[in-house]
Amino acid sequence: MKKSLLILLSLLFTFNINAATNGQKLFESNCSSCHGTKGQGGVGIPISLPSFIDSVSDNYLAKTIQYGRPGRVMPSFNALPSKDIQAIVTYMRSWTGNKGKVFSRKNIKGNAKAGKKLFDQHCVSCHNAGGTGGVGTGVTFSRPRNAAIIAPSLNNPGFLSSAEDHFIKETLVNGRAGTPMMSYKALGLSDKDINNLVRYIRSFEGGPYPYQGYDTESAIIKVDSPYNLEETLANVKDAIMGKNFKLIRIQELNKGLVKPGKENKKQIIVYFCNFNFLNKALAIDPRIGMFLPCRLTIVEQDGKVSILTTNPLKLAGIFNNHELSEACKEMHTIYTELLEEATL
Amino acid sequence: MNKLSGSIKLVVFLLTLSFSGLSYSQDLIMARVKQNFPETMVSLQSAIKKTGYTISRVQRIDIGLTKSGFKTDKYRVVFFGKADEVEKLTSKHPDITPYLPLKISIFAENNDTIIVSNNPQHLKNYFKKIPSHYFTNWEKDVKKIFFQTGIIE
Repeated sequence: MKKSLLILLSLLFTFNINAATNGQKLFESNCSSCHGTKGQGGVGIPISLPSFIDSVSDNYLAKTIQYGRPGRVMPSFNALPSKDIQAIVTYMRSWTGNKGKVFSRKNIKGNAKAGKKLFDQHCVSCHNAGGTGGVGTGVTFSRPRNAAIIAPSLNNPGFLSSAEDHFIKETLVNGRAGTPMMSYKALGLSDKDINNLVRYIRSFEGGPYPYQGYDTESAIIKVDSPYNLEETLANVKDAIMGKNFKLIRIQELNKGLVKPGKENKKQIIVYFCNFNFLNKALAIDPRIGMFLPCRLTIVEQDGKVSILTTNPLKLAGIFNNHELSEACKEMHTIYTELLEEATL
Repeated sequence: MNKLSGSIKLVVFLLTLSFSGLSYSQDLIMARVKQNFPETMVSLQSAIKKTGYTISRVQRIDIGLTKSGFKTDKYRVVFFGKADEVEKLTSKHPDITPYLPLKISIFAENNDTIIVSNNPQHLKNYFKKIPSHYFTNWEKDVKKIFFQTGIIE
């Protein structure tokens, strides 16, 4: 009997080790590029923070992986089999060695209207009105930010589908050590106040959510020019400088790919930048290098001159980042105006 | 044979040490390399060349930002392509020119380095007149470049 128990225990131990190992591999191939090798954070939030990982349920982690956070960088991994998701969760638990919390799935009763008043008073400064969350990606080690950790978006459908009422309540009661989230109990809020806050946060469910992809947009913006290539280039330069952008470089498209002197003079790239705009965009999402630097391409073919550029709205869809999509809308407008001005 | 298997084991071991995983959603290919920026930049450029491409330019985004008074760590964009492919493709399909040469962004994050690219397959549906093998090959090559960048030489 004792022997059987030992065998059973060793089998269970082996199973857990294997699950964690497999989970580590899955974590590294799916999560670490954003969250860091040990969940310390980067483009994604720091998920190995003990005050976070030890206060969430396995259910919350699994659903977060499954649903992601639409428009808030974290993609949905709904194509991953549930056993793989569970293996990732098991691996994440190995960071502190503690089991996940188990929360009642029962809804908390309260007064959402009273909760809104408290939310506006205590939560809006970090989580923004309507619980839309802080600006930017998880944390950054590369450039200065106002907040070490970006406040999560509480109105996000992915969050609301993953978080139990009692988990939200416990977060409000205890706060989160190592982040700006403080204990609301320590702030003097009563149990009733906290229940009202939970009810208000839950009331975001089913409400309007601004993020939409742009999958139907064309991949390029293109305008035909009534001028010859030299005139079009001069117009493009004037239009760029007229919009307070700095010209960085004008070169043939195949420069650097062919021997000097062999470049195609009928395919010209104009690179330009507004560093203020760029700095803001990088703070929103540091992965935007594929947009950089801003660029217009002038092409002459069969006597016809065209100006082309990538469509920022199309590229925006890649990042699952609502804030970035808004910046891309602005960039789309700028590109469109530049093309119009250069071909007037 | 034993020597070869030893080499393979060494490569796998080094790969495990340096590369923390390549992740790609449908449209974005991204990796965290457990090397600092200068080493990763050397590895990246070497991997691009080994995959048969020419580097046409490295844009130093961080330099422009710093000169304009903004603080930033290392951030570069590496442009690369194949001269004959670019010439053939753009002369027949000029609409693809804004997406050429191909590019990979590389930026420092503490002692790690992040490399990111859009998945070229993402563009396939928008350029239906271009034979799909171009996009398939680019995707395969970009993933190969990312994978090789993680190997310490």
